[in-house]
Amino acid sequence: MPVEKILKTVEGIENLLIVGCDGCSGIYMVGGEKQAETLAKLIQMHRQLNNELGEVRHTIVLRQCDRQLVATTLRPQLDKVDAMVSLACGVGPQTLIDVFPDIKVFTAVDTYGMGGKDRELGHFFEYCSGCGDCLLNETGGICPMTRCPKALVNGPCGGMLDGKCEVGDYKNDCAWFLIYERLKKLGRLDLYRKYREPRDWRVSQSPRKLEI
Amino acid sequence: MTKREAYSKLMEEINAGKFVYTGELEPEKIGDMEEVIEGAKKLVGHVVAANVTDIPQSFAYMNSLGPSYMIQEKAGLEAVCQMTCRDRNRLAMFADLLAAGALGIVNILALTGDHPSLGDQPEAKPVFDLDSASLTALIRKITDKGVDLNGHEIHNPPKFHVGVAINPGAIPLEPEILKLERKESVGAEFAQTQVVFEIEKAKQFMKAIKHVKVPTLVGIFPLKSYKIGQWMNDFVPGVTIPSDLLHQLKELQKIEDKPLRKEKIAEMNVEYYGEFLRELRKTTNAAGCHIMAVKWEELIPRIIEASGR
Repeated sequence: MPVEKILKTVEGIENLLIVGCDGCSGIYMVGGEKQAETLAKLIQMHRQLNNELGEVRHTIVLRQCDRQLVATTLRPQLDKVDAMVSLACGVGPQTLIDVFPDIKVFTAVDTYGMGGKDRELGHFFEYCSGCGDCLLNETGGICPMTRCPKALVNGPCGGMLDGKCEVGDYKNDCAWFLIYERLKKLGRLDLYRKYREPRDWRVSQSPRKLEI
Repeated sequence: MTKREAYSKLMEEINAGKFVYTGELEPEKIGDMEEVIEGAKKLVGHVVAANVTDIPQSFAYMNSLGPSYMIQEKAGLEAVCQMTCRDRNRLAMFADLLAAGALGIVNILALTGDHPSLGDQPEAKPVFDLDSASLTALIRKITDKGVDLNGHEIHNPPKFHVGVAINPGAIPLEPEILKLERKESVGAEFAQTQVVFEIEKAKQFMKAIKHVKVPTLVGIFPLKSYKIGQWMNDFVPGVTIPSDLLHQLKELQKIEDKPLRKEKIAEMNVEYYGEFLRELRKTTNAAGCHIMAVKWEELIPRIIEASGR
């Protein structure tokens, strides 16, 4: 999320705790301890320059999606905290609110989804949307629900050219072209040619809850 | 495949083995249908039916259903109502199909649709609950079994013919052909191709899909100006325009007298596509030709005549 947007969000709130997450967000270097520290310093600096009051601290939770971990890690650190700013994915701030309903919670991240990464290039790819009805075993291990902008189950559409997708000016791979290539390599083009019925969207119906 | 009963003139002529012509009409960002109806009137007697586009390239235009009905009513021209899956979920598509049937629309072209990000409202939420294949399957279910997607009975079910689109310019071509086979397996009854400029490409393509028993109309696009030709050649994926044709167009563009220039460019198209069609009929099993001459309807009879039929 752009820093200006974060600063505007926490304007006028005195004591802040920036909460990093060492789960996916930390692994992807979006919201780990380092990033939490940097954001805390940035906000502090902005406040000093503008003669604004308040203390900005930072901390890290191993996984912000885990209520128990959130409770045990953060409870001792909440003295004089007016608001927490989460650097986890969208699940993090919602878990913080569940555990600490009396403290304001904000997010500093525009969550894009679950991905994979290329560390050298610094690229992050959205690979899964957690749709609840996995097609990977039929599509050569490539997810059309996430990697095709139309989430087609009978792709590709007419917008594929030379293996690239019409969305994003033919810079991104067409998921169905990748599926075609993969299935061809596996000798399973029958799976490509196969007609798939429209999806049952009930399994993706938000909000979902998993009983363990 | 045994031929099904024909409910439309288009399908009747395809079944009879006639080389058929279809045209194209495009309702735009406009609050009346005069222009589309006038365009349709010019096509009557020259084409068997005309496609009516459904929010092409994701530009917020008038829908397809209304004008499809009106050209049948007011111009007496059969419609091929295009339906894309971009903007409606399966409930809305089914609802529109019932309305289309009740309004006497028989031919439906089942399209996935361009992504909203390509159009003039790129912020729009893409739907794509169905796709061109599952829409085809739905239309066949309605027609053959009189039921909806979940098998619920329709009272007085409509009868449709369903067509699909295919791109001879797809690179690579194999996945495109497999996709046509997939659409054949769910009951596609005819296909219209994206624009082809090169006769050789059209011939190669028709040969490559010979095993697929879906009557196919090859799509052509008469060129109004050098600018359009150059733009299509440079920016439309999979489209190449022969350099001779582009060069000829560039020369004609230099004519200063506007009506004369227009006529000379028309003559060029008539000659080029007349020959294209003669060759297509002679050397391929194409079921016909889909002529995309939007707002240039008067050119269509001239091209057909020049092709010797």
